[in-house]
Amino acid sequence: MTGPVDRRRMSLRGREVASADFAARRRFLTFGAALAGGAVVGPVAAQAEEAFPPQDAPWSQMLGPGVVDRPYGQPSQFVKDVIRRNVPWLTASPESSVSFTPLQDQTGIITANGLFFERYHGGRASVDPQQHRLMIHGLVERPLLLTMEDIKRLPSVSRIHFIECPANGGMEWRAAQLNSLQFTHGMVSCAEWTGVKLSTLLAEVGLKKEAKWALVEGADAAHMDRSLPIEKCLDDCLVVYGQNGEALRPEQGFPLRLIVPGWQGNVNIKWLRRIEIGDQPWFTREETSKYTELMPDLRSRGFTWLIYAKSVITFPCPEKPPKGPGLYEIRGFAWSGKGRIAHVDVSLDGGVNWERARLEDPVLPKALTRFTHEWRWDGKPALLQSRAVDETGFVQPTISELRAVRGVNAIYNNNSIQTWQVKADGSVFDVQLS
Amino acid sequence: MSSCRKRAAVCLAMIAAAAATVMAANASAQQPHPAAHYGIGTAPTAAEIAGWSIAVRPDGQGLPPGSGNVDHGANVYADQCAACHGTFGEGTGRYPKLTGGSLKGDRPEPTVGTYWPYATTLFDYINRAMPFPSPHVLSADDIYAITAYILNVDNIVDNDFVADRNSLPKVKMPNRDAFMWQDPRPDTAAKECMKSCVDPKMIKIESTAEGKDLTPRTTGPLDAMKPR
Repeated sequence: MTGPVDRRRMSLRGREVASADFAARRRFLTFGAALAGGAVVGPVAAQAEEAFPPQDAPWSQMLGPGVVDRPYGQPSQFVKDVIRRNVPWLTASPESSVSFTPLQDQTGIITANGLFFERYHGGRASVDPQQHRLMIHGLVERPLLLTMEDIKRLPSVSRIHFIECPANGGMEWRAAQLNSLQFTHGMVSCAEWTGVKLSTLLAEVGLKKEAKWALVEGADAAHMDRSLPIEKCLDDCLVVYGQNGEALRPEQGFPLRLIVPGWQGNVNIKWLRRIEIGDQPWFTREETSKYTELMPDLRSRGFTWLIYAKSVITFPCPEKPPKGPGLYEIRGFAWSGKGRIAHVDVSLDGGVNWERARLEDPVLPKALTRFTHEWRWDGKPALLQSRAVDETGFVQPTISELRAVRGVNAIYNNNSIQTWQVKADGSVFDVQLS
Repeated sequence: MSSCRKRAAVCLAMIAAAAATVMAANASAQQPHPAAHYGIGTAPTAAEIAGWSIAVRPDGQGLPPGSGNVDHGANVYADQCAACHGTFGEGTGRYPKLTGGSLKGDRPEPTVGTYWPYATTLFDYINRAMPFPSPHVLSADDIYAITAYILNVDNIVDNDFVADRNSLPKVKMPNRDAFMWQDPRPDTAAKECMKSCVDPKMIKIESTAEGKDLTPRTTGPLDAMKPR
């Protein structure tokens, strides 16, 4: 039975053994040398000294752990600070609260599943997929109760879309408050979502002609719910079970959530359990008491679902300042709930002059879009801004322009231009300009 | 008399009592609908739909049978709600203030009394999500009573008000007509100017986050900054 394949296996195995033996001898020799020299330095310090050229780094001198050492992979121990973070003073309890994505460390348009921002209204539900059901009823011809297995049998699509909480930047209406990209803009994330079109499900149940609205509701402790116009449901909404190639994370509604592309985060109901079709909205607590905007004349706006064009520079930022004068690449993200980003402009002087930034492919509708711009910093103070324009021609406004119309108590839908002040020493601060 | 969940249990018990009916219902529930294209899933039974249909509309659709008055509401509220929302809805710590307040001034207080457009939403939300630490334990009667109590503290209903599926839709909330349900955006008209867009002398830093002690740290372990 010993064929060529087996001989190759034998040979490979032999090499591994030899190499392990070699590494062990190298370690022994190093240890012996340290003892002989009478060095009191610990192994970590010794390794750090040895890691640079021309030295062969310590991790090059031994075998690393083998496959399935970590059956589910984890980020490097050296990026352990790249985590979701919260503002503890912001909310009464962490179960009805928000955490922020570290955008300062997000290198592409896809947010890592473990870093996707969280927003809960009744904590993170732990749902057993075997017992999870989606009920669709109301003004339909054929009410349906679906298992996860049923839903996964239906035709599937994958789409890359951002989700942004409309309260992103909500703490900045009055003034610059938080000196951090993560906390001023981290309530936006982006993922590839896989699931079934909501229109497929609605065709399956058969809408009655009076059907105008859908109530979408979660299985969480708050039974989070919103009313959605049926046109949007039939347009591009998705009922998804996949997030970036794996099952939805519990934080994102495992096993099933709604994706309402380009609309504010809270309508993307997580742990989706029920869709009721009706002829008028329900005016739930989350679309009356919350997620409405108080205007200066004391009237309030409701059903302001759409996320208008927005952008932010992610380098430099307060967390990632430049290190002295020289050539840098300004980097950032732009997004619009109305479609594709058409272009992004960057200003280095607080909005006096603007230059066109480069958009990095892919430029997808209702998705984070990466932009870059070459910046030769002369070491003088600078006021960095980015301005997004979407394919409808909508131009991202300044905070002054927004305040002139909406005052300072709207809380939601702050899509204003962000200004980063770069001081001569390289430190970066969140500021607002007159 | 019973919460929506309990109502579902009662319905199920009734169905179980009528064995023949139950068999017929189950049989039909297991059959895919012939008119559906994919023919997957099952038809939910009336009891299954009733158990989950908790949404209440301003016209009263979805409100269950039962009722509750202000006095009973004061007692239930004291037991179930006051720890977070205060004895008279004034709120504690950062938990929401429910009553009183004003929308005017520097720090508007959007409470049930000053802000909520519909009284029915109060029943829906208490039933849906409260009490916050252990939701879905209150009976419909108790929820009607708490609703009556909160509305009474805000002087929206009289002391003898009884909340039920008929009375709640008729309550006119003070702020009902102040909402615009059509999105007026775009409400800004920024132009894409590229050169000399503003006078450099006019650019002043109006506010800065520098020196404000509000930002949690973004390196190291999570910041346990105390609520302020």
